[in-house]
Amino acid sequence: MAPHTSSHDRLRLVVVGNGMVGQHLLAALVDAGAAPDLDITVLGEEHRPAYDRVALSSLFDGRTAEDLSLVQPGFFEEHGITCRLGDPVTTIDRESRKVHTASGLVFAYDELVLATGSAPFVPPIEGGDAPGCHVYRTIDDLRGIEADAADPAVRTGVVVGGGLLGLEAANALRNLGLDTHVVEFAPRLMPVQLDEAGGAALRRHVEDLGVHVHTGRATTAIESADGRPVRLTFDGHEPLEAQIVVFSAGIRPRDAIAREAGLEVGPRGGVLVDGSLRSSDPTVSAIGECAAVEGRCHGLVAPGYRMARAVAARIAARATNAVAGPDQRFEEADPSTKLKLLGVDVATIGDIHAEPAEGERRHALVWEDPLRGVYQRVDVDDHGRVVAAVLVGDAQPWGELLARFRRAEPVEDPGALLRPPADPASGGGATIERSTPVCSCENVSAGALLDAISEGCGSVADLKGATRAGTGCGGCVPIIEQVVRFSEGAPAGAAPPLCAHFAHTRAELFEIVRVTGLATFTEIIEAHGVPGAAERQGAGCEVCKPTVASILSSLGGGHILDGEQGALQDTNDHFLANLQKDGTYSVVPRIPGGEITAEKLIVIGEVARDFGLYTKITGGQRIDLFGARVEQLPLIWTRLVDAGFESGHAYGKSLRTVKSCVGETWCRYGVADSTSMAILLEERYRGLRSPHKLKLAVSGCARECAEAQSKDVGVIATEKGWNLWVGGNGGMRPRHAELLAEDLDDETLVRYIDRFLMYYVRSADRLRRTASWIDGLDGGIDAVRRVVVDDALGLADQLEEMMASHVASYRCEWRETIEDPDRLARFVTYVNAPDTPDPRVQFVQERGQIRPARADEREQPVTIGGVR
Amino acid sequence: MTATVDAHGWVPVCDADWIRPGRGVCALVEGRAVAVFLVGDELFAIDDVDPCSGASVLSRGLVGTTEIDGSAVVYVASPLRKQRFDLRTGRCLDVAEVSVDVHPVTTVDGTIVVDPGV
Repeated sequence: MAPHTSSHDRLRLVVVGNGMVGQHLLAALVDAGAAPDLDITVLGEEHRPAYDRVALSSLFDGRTAEDLSLVQPGFFEEHGITCRLGDPVTTIDRESRKVHTASGLVFAYDELVLATGSAPFVPPIEGGDAPGCHVYRTIDDLRGIEADAADPAVRTGVVVGGGLLGLEAANALRNLGLDTHVVEFAPRLMPVQLDEAGGAALRRHVEDLGVHVHTGRATTAIESADGRPVRLTFDGHEPLEAQIVVFSAGIRPRDAIAREAGLEVGPRGGVLVDGSLRSSDPTVSAIGECAAVEGRCHGLVAPGYRMARAVAARIAARATNAVAGPDQRFEEADPSTKLKLLGVDVATIGDIHAEPAEGERRHALVWEDPLRGVYQRVDVDDHGRVVAAVLVGDAQPWGELLARFRRAEPVEDPGALLRPPADPASGGGATIERSTPVCSCENVSAGALLDAISEGCGSVADLKGATRAGTGCGGCVPIIEQVVRFSEGAPAGAAPPLCAHFAHTRAELFEIVRVTGLATFTEIIEAHGVPGAAERQGAGCEVCKPTVASILSSLGGGHILDGEQGALQDTNDHFLANLQKDGTYSVVPRIPGGEITAEKLIVIGEVARDFGLYTKITGGQRIDLFGARVEQLPLIWTRLVDAGFESGHAYGKSLRTVKSCVGETWCRYGVADSTSMAILLEERYRGLRSPHKLKLAVSGCARECAEAQSKDVGVIATEKGWNLWVGGNGGMRPRHAELLAEDLDDETLVRYIDRFLMYYVRSADRLRRTASWIDGLDGGIDAVRRVVVDDALGLADQLEEMMASHVASYRCEWRETIEDPDRLARFVTYVNAPDTPDPRVQFVQERGQIRPARADEREQPVTIGGVR
Repeated sequence: MTATVDAHGWVPVCDADWIRPGRGVCALVEGRAVAVFLVGDELFAIDDVDPCSGASVLSRGLVGTTEIDGSAVVYVASPLRKQRFDLRTGRCLDVAEVSVDVHPVTTVDGTIVVDPGV
């Protein structure tokens, strides 16, 4: 085939490889505005455009291949880039400056960039190439593992290699539901990055997740039978039965085409390049894991990205005839890194194993909290300068330590940088240095984020869009959140306090109230408000009052309208109904599971007719009655309570409904009685006050007619029991729930939901739905699972007791209200004219029902209170 | 009980011990809806109609305090869209140029009374 020809006006750039680093190069060229001056061709071996390899294991945790993509749809077309995927380059013809692909195409280049990445290293173990033995690098690799694991006879998986990638692979196997083992040759996990105690702390975390760890073990052979592995044998240890083996014993640079083209390679492989990433042929560059920069290979994405940016700057300058700048060189940075492996924080700074320089000494400061699985070590020199650190289980001090490390300045009390946190009064951590690196993948500092915030970015999402921070490995997102909060005036590292009257978060306040047993707002603000808050006239505000009211109610504080509590409730809770735009209220009786008798339906119809209310069916399978005036509410509820209805708590931050399908009782497909389960759950959790509203659903089969995966708690029947999903919601930002536990019997299901809901009620911030609460937990859904399923914190009994106490103390708020003349007397529009209705409430008819009159439909013009 | 003008021209609202600290009541004062609040031991009365919505609801809002230019401000937050109104001046703290009328209020012989005069 004829060589690819194009106008010679533009510099022809061919990029070999469309992985993370290759794509970063293209994005950097586009950002530099150089794309129009270049004729760019990218050739990739995989059939997919670049995707996030760092997050591969999340494919088995609900994310899709599309979620992982790093290429916006239309990116190549938009920037005039020729992209050819699934067609690897086989030969580089340096003499004529052309590359040949497997399919026989030929592309000419003026600049060639190799970004071929690395290949997994498969140790030469007998039987290691048999079917069922996998590597872990591409989406296709994961699909192969997934296909093998789908066989029910495959129950146990072994990862050979306990480094960073090995633990990622172990997470993938675990997410597939396999009994997972990790075999490591070295005496500890992550031997390159961690010291012995750090490896041990990580091991405890990993084992707590149910992953078996075997260190100090050399695999000698993999025995297979019937086309799949059956066991691994070791030198001097018992063999291990397994049906899947994944090798993750390191990586090797993919430099074959460079070698064949006669380019020089590094001492341990990789295309040998200089500081400007040029190979022994100056028209050929190499970046990422295939490059040996001055002989050294880099196996993380952050240095790869820096190489891509350096080459992009150089090529952009050449294409636009600009002067070369200093940013065209790759500056080797320290290998500091912060990761989350199987939900566990692991972070390092410098090289913990390095020998001190001649005449220098290193001193290790160590903080250990075995109960929380925290191990933190920072090494300082004689001057107190940070030279290396290892953090396992809690990487919170990493940013601060890294800034000190990079500035190489002495720290007066370096131990104070570790846990326990410095006394806030000392000012420790109260500021964010502009120079602090936040995102090492995209090289974004705190200063750049603060600048973007001052230009209008208000959220993490905005900052991701404007600066790309947090779009690489994502490990820095919590730090970006802190920068946002810091920019809003909060001290760095602080959770947002409730309001001006309490320096605590809702979760902290909940614990204070629970432990102290304080039962009134006055006592709570006196003892725990900010100094002076209690003395102020009308202490408190519209934020802290209802929050405290909700906490008191969650803890079983009696009727919400009694005593001082009555003054804390916002208007919905105060009138036990939902305030509408015209000052009237809507009424929602509870219809558990959406199941209702004809007699009760008739009562609702009669009440609506007799009080002239507008009726509408809600999304939660009940009936909303609109247009009730305050003084009508007790009359309406007397009728409803007499007919056996109770409060639906539609007015509260509390359990709303448990939606259900008809289940196996009626449905041809149902496999369990979803309606009975929904009614059981609704009657169990009714009246539970929570940080935000709670919606539940139960579906009788996988067809999911109750839409349980969009609820805070969703239950779906399977042939083997109930699957429990949590953290879903609809609304402004719809969220799909995540699977918490599978195949549960009735009792276990209820126990897990008890624990989940109480854990949420106890620890979530105000107005946080379950989804964002879970996002905010260190470890996300895994952290929830540790508490709810594994009971790793030993909280389960207490959470269940709290829920049992809620269930036992439940009373219908409306029944108790209409039975009490004192409470009823509050339900008037005008305290001095109880029989006079509000003349502002005016309705017109529409489709046979009332609706509020618009301004132009009112009988008489209503003057609005003075606008001065 | 109906709204009548007493000998001093003030309109009775309710017994002084009926109103809950931190919570409002609504009274009809010569055809006008007035929200009355007890904060600490001080009474406040403002128009009940929330100018931001046109609905008669301010008496059902929550009372709070904040600090503006160094001095404490006692306010009620509308239950509809949470705009705050200074109980002393009637000024809206969240929307410029919006305010409600304030009314003199006091206690006479154990009864809260409002001056309809504004």
